[in-house]
Amino acid sequence: MVETLNPNEKLDIEEILENLENYRPRRKGWVWRKGLQKNKLGPFTYTQTSQTPNQSCSLPAAKYFESIDPQPECTVTSEIASGRFEDDLRRMRMAAWHGADHIMVIRTAGQSHFDGLIEGTPEGVGGVPITRKQIRATRKALDLIEDEVGRPINLHSYVSGVAGPEVAVLFAEEGVNGAHQDPQYNVLYRNVNVVRSFVDAAEAKVLMSGAELAQIDGAHNANATAREAWKVMPELMVQHAINCAYSQAVGMSKDKICLSTVPPTAPPAPAVRLDLPYAVALRDFFAGYRMRAQMNTKYMESDTREVTVTHTLNVLLSRLTSADIQSTITPDEGRNVPWHFNSIHAVNTAKQALVGMDGLKEMVQLKSDGDLGKKVRELKERAVLFLEEILVEGGYFQAVDKGFFVDSGYYPERNGDGIARDPAGGIGADTVVPRDDDYFAPVCGHFGDNHVPTEFAENPCTAISGCTLCKPEKIRYIDELDEEDNAAKRLAKSKPYRTELLKPEVEWAGDGVVQVTMFLPASLRVAEVAALEIAKKMNLEEPEVIHKQVMHPAEGTLIELKGKVPFAINAKELIIPPEEKLLTAEQIREEIGQREFRIVAATVGEDEHSVGLREILDIKHGGIEGFGFKHHYLGTSVAISKVVDAAIEIAADAILISTIITHADIHRLNMRRLHELCVEKGIRDKVILVCGGTQISNDMAKECGLDAGFGRGTKGIQVASFLVETRQRQGLDWKRSS
Amino acid sequence: MQREDDYEIRRKHLSDLDDKELSQRFWSLAQQVVEPLLDLAKKNTSPSIERSVLMRMGFTSLEAKGIVERCVEHQLLGKGAGHIVWRLAQCKQMEIPQAGYALAEGKYWEEIKQYFREEKLSG
Repeated sequence: MVETLNPNEKLDIEEILENLENYRPRRKGWVWRKGLQKNKLGPFTYTQTSQTPNQSCSLPAAKYFESIDPQPECTVTSEIASGRFEDDLRRMRMAAWHGADHIMVIRTAGQSHFDGLIEGTPEGVGGVPITRKQIRATRKALDLIEDEVGRPINLHSYVSGVAGPEVAVLFAEEGVNGAHQDPQYNVLYRNVNVVRSFVDAAEAKVLMSGAELAQIDGAHNANATAREAWKVMPELMVQHAINCAYSQAVGMSKDKICLSTVPPTAPPAPAVRLDLPYAVALRDFFAGYRMRAQMNTKYMESDTREVTVTHTLNVLLSRLTSADIQSTITPDEGRNVPWHFNSIHAVNTAKQALVGMDGLKEMVQLKSDGDLGKKVRELKERAVLFLEEILVEGGYFQAVDKGFFVDSGYYPERNGDGIARDPAGGIGADTVVPRDDDYFAPVCGHFGDNHVPTEFAENPCTAISGCTLCKPEKIRYIDELDEEDNAAKRLAKSKPYRTELLKPEVEWAGDGVVQVTMFLPASLRVAEVAALEIAKKMNLEEPEVIHKQVMHPAEGTLIELKGKVPFAINAKELIIPPEEKLLTAEQIREEIGQREFRIVAATVGEDEHSVGLREILDIKHGGIEGFGFKHHYLGTSVAISKVVDAAIEIAADAILISTIITHADIHRLNMRRLHELCVEKGIRDKVILVCGGTQISNDMAKECGLDAGFGRGTKGIQVASFLVETRQRQGLDWKRSS
Repeated sequence: MQREDDYEIRRKHLSDLDDKELSQRFWSLAQQVVEPLLDLAKKNTSPSIERSVLMRMGFTSLEAKGIVERCVEHQLLGKGAGHIVWRLAQCKQMEIPQAGYALAEGKYWEEIKQYFREEKLSG
C-alpha cells in the first residue's frame, strides 16, 4: 500500500481503490487555516497569510521573488465536477499543489431527487454520484495528498434533496469535512416539499454538527436564479438568517455556519458600488458567522478573460470586508464542463489576488458616513421588512406559497416573478409522519422527540450496543452495484493513457481534447464556419467553437475551439534532448562581479540585420548587458578580421557574431573564418566564439569550429549562462589586470 | 403579486432604531420565523430520517430502504423504524441485523402490529 506520494509519480488510482472496505478516515471535522500575524517570506512580510505548504506550485512571477508561494489566511476552494471521480482525484492533487485546501465535489445532476443513497461509482453528469465508495476513495486520496503538501485538506459535498439525513450519516461516518445544507435550497430550486425539507434538515444538521462539518448555506443560488440578481440582496439576508437561526437552534455552532455569499453583479455594471454595501451589511448583521465568499457565476459568458477580471473584483470585496473561505469558479464554466487547468487557474486567481492585496485594510478604510453607510442601512432595513412581512403572512410556508422568494423586485418592490411552492406539493409531499408517543430512535446524532427507555437514557445507542457513529466497525460497505457502469471498467479503458501513451486531456484520462485559439480576419458568422473547416483540416474530431468574440465587425473575430486529436504519442519513443541547465541571473551577476567579462559583438559579412543581436545584448530586451557584461558592439556588415582585431585589442572573453543571410552558405563560411582567424592570431584558446541567427543551430556552429550557436527565440540569459559557464569550465583567461 | 417599491413608507417604524437595535430586531424576527419549523421537525419524522437511523444501526442503504418501505406500508413509521427493529430483536432475542433482515423480508409484521396494539410481543 502506498504510504507517501512521490511528486514525480502519478497518483496510483487502482491502488487507491484497493482495500477500501477497511479504510477509515483518520480525522473528522473541518480544519481552518491558521493565520500568521507577520509572515516573512523572501524579501517581504505579509500580514494575511498562513503556513506555506511543504510542496507547491507557486505563481509564475514568483521566480522574481525567490520562488515564494505565500498562501492567504483563508481557506481556498476548488470545485471539482468532471463526472468521473477517478479522474477528479488527479485534479484534486493538482489543485492542492496550487493552494486549494477545500475540495468541493459537485453532485451529479438528479441526485437531490434520488430517494436514498446511491452506491458504487457510476458515471455522473456535471458532477459525480456521491456514494460511500466515492467518498471513501476520495478521502483516502486526499489523506495522501494532504501529507504530500503538508496541510489539511477539507472534503466537501452536498447534504440536500430527499435523502439529506442519510447523506449526513454517510458524511459523518466517512470523515467528510464540509457540506452544503440549506432546506430552502431544496424547496426553491429542487421543488422538494417544504415540510419534508425542513424536517429532514434538522436531523441532517445535528449529524453534521456532531461530526463537526462546516456548513455552507444555499442563499447564493438566488443570485444565479433571479432575473436581476442585484435586486435580491434583502432577500439573501433573509435566507441566510433563516438557515443560520435554524442551524443554531438545532445545536450547530456559529463557527461552523458559513454564509454562501456572492457579489451579485459584474461589470459593465458598476459592480463594486453595488456589491460592497451588500457585503458590509451582511458582515454587520451576521457577525460571528463564517463567510464563504463565492465568485459570481450569474454573468459568466465564454470569455475566460472577462470572467477572471470579474472574479478578481470579487476577491477585492473579500479583502475590503472579510472571507473565511474564498471559493473559486473556473473561468471556463460558461463554455464547457470545467477543465483541469481552468480549475487550477481559478485557484490561482484567488491566491494571486488575495496575496496581492495582503494587508489592504491596514491602508484603506471604508467610509461609513457617506453613500456606503446609507446603502448598508437601507439594505438591512429592507431585510427586516421582508422578515416582518413573512410573519404577517402567517409564516415561512405561506411566504413560499405566495412567491416571496427569488422575486426580482428590490424588496419591498415585487415583480411577481418569484418561485412559488405549494406547502402540500413538491417531491416528497405527504411522506412526513408525526412521531408517536412511543417513538424511539436508538442512535446518536438524532434530533427531536425521542422516547428513549429509561435504562438507555444517558446514551440512546447503548440499546443496540453502539451505533456506527460510536462504533465505526459497524459501518457496512457496498462496493459496486452495477457491473458495467463503474470506476474499474472505466479505469481499464483509460489505463493506456495513464501509463505509456500520451494524449491531451482536459477532463477525463485520454479524452484527447485540445483547444485552438485563432484570429480570423472575417466577420463573426464567416469566422465561426471557417474555424470549423480549419479544425477539420487539422484532423480534429468533433470540433466545436467554444468562444467567439468580435474584434471588429468587418476586420475580424477571435475564435477558440475545441476538438479531439485522433492519435496518441508513446512517451517512451520520444527522443528528449538533455535539459539545458541555465545559471540563475544572480549566479551570472556574481561571477561577472568578481571578474569582468568583455565581449565583442557584430553582424558579420554583407549583412545589415541588427535586431537579433541587439535583443541579445540590450538590457531593455532582457539582454546580457543586464547581467553586467561589457560589450563592444561594432555594428553591421563588419569584416571578420575587424572583429578579431577588436577582440585582441580589448582582450575580449568572447566574440558574438550574428549572421542572418545564408545565401551560398555564407553563414557557414563566416563562422569557419572566425574560428580559423582566431587560431591564426593565437587567441582561440582565450576567447569563446558564439554565433547567432535565425538559421543557426548549435550543431552547425560547433561543426564550423565555434563553441556554440543560438537560433531563433534565444533569450539573453541563455547566452549569458553559456558564456559564464564556459569561461569557468575552460579556465579561459587573458591574464589581464582588470 | 406585483408591488411598487414602498420602502420609504414601510420603513418609518424602523427609522428610530440604531444599528444594534435593528440587528436585534432582525434576529428576533428570524427566530420567530424558524420557531414553528423547528417544532415541526421535533414532532415529525420522514422516510429519510428513519433510513438514516437504520444506517446508524449498521444496515446498508439498501437494507434500510427495504425496512422503511415496510414500515410505511404498515403505517408504523411513527414508531421509528429503528424502534421496530430493536423491539423485534428484544422480544425475539435476535441480533439487530437478523431482526432487520427478517423485517425487510416481510416477516413478523403482524406480530409487530399486534405488539404495538397491546404493547407486547409473543416470544
